[in-house]
Amino acid sequence: MAAKVITVTSGKGGVGKTTNVANIAAGLALGGSKVVCIDGDIGLRNLDVVLGLENRIVYDLVDVIEGRCRLRQAMIKDKRIADLYLIPAAQTRDKTAVSPSDMVRLCDQLRLEFDWIVIDCPAGIERGFRNALAPADMVLVVTNPEISAVRDADRIIGLVEAEEKGPALLILNRVNMEMVKRGDMLTPDDVVDLLAIELIGIIPEDEQVLVGSNQGVPVVFDQKSRAGQAFRNVCARLNGENVPFMELEARPALFGRLGKLFRGAAN
Amino acid sequence: MFRRKQKSASSAKDRLQFVLIHDRTNLTPEQMNRLKDELLAVLAKYVSIDGQGVNISVEQDGREQRLLADIPLKPAETLRRR
Repeated sequence: MAAKVITVTSGKGGVGKTTNVANIAAGLALGGSKVVCIDGDIGLRNLDVVLGLENRIVYDLVDVIEGRCRLRQAMIKDKRIADLYLIPAAQTRDKTAVSPSDMVRLCDQLRLEFDWIVIDCPAGIERGFRNALAPADMVLVVTNPEISAVRDADRIIGLVEAEEKGPALLILNRVNMEMVKRGDMLTPDDVVDLLAIELIGIIPEDEQVLVGSNQGVPVVFDQKSRAGQAFRNVCARLNGENVPFMELEARPALFGRLGKLFRGAAN
Repeated sequence: MFRRKQKSASSAKDRLQFVLIHDRTNLTPEQMNRLKDELLAVLAKYVSIDGQGVNISVEQDGREQRLLADIPLKPAETLRRR
């Protein structure tokens, strides 16, 4: 086995990076892959709560790197899916506790055992970003259809290219179709035009995303949720499947039926 | 009569287009204007420029930017006659 390392980044904070990491990691594991996700946001640990694994943390990323525990001891096994693991961030340290070469070494150890390693990159373009980018085989940039998020995504895409880790792939998160139809939200086409990179996911705005993270259950488990379906589609595309982008419909009722059709076709 | 107000999404797109070009080239609008003036000043040493039709802009081509300059020249004859 030789894992592929996916780094999920955005530049701007609060656009849904951690939610995307949790859902993509869980979705890939649901599809039968062996997956480990790493919270790269040292000092602002969050992937554990979104995945509902916060009560099980004993050791963290910095403990592994500083040799206080074995790698296996810091890997928390998910309670719902067999082959999903989390390496949590340290909460009491900062980004300088880890270097880019530490991350490369850690991922090289994990590569042998897993199909996918998914890294949650902290916001910003400093050390934490460099750490998360160093081992990446593939970079996913998450943005919202919001002017500040798109601008920061463009900066990040440029930096990813400069580090020769490109071309990055785009996930457009929290698309509200009613606003798009009114002409009050950038369309997926607008954002792709502006950023000029390939799209791998369009995630509709969906209350179930928040409901899921309230409960520590990523929405990708929810067969009825539109966002859940969008995340399953991203995972299928990562696995090389050619999945069409969902028709983003403003009315959820109709969408449920369409979603069922898509699931039928995808399975 | 028709009320044609620009939708907010299209003004977001226009504004982003402008700001991304300056972010990517690391040129402020001010510097861009200076670049145009200096470029024209250099060209004017060799040729006579028809200032009316000058169009110099940075355009996006995928992830690359291009400086496009469309600079009409006055015919050499007008020079000779002077």
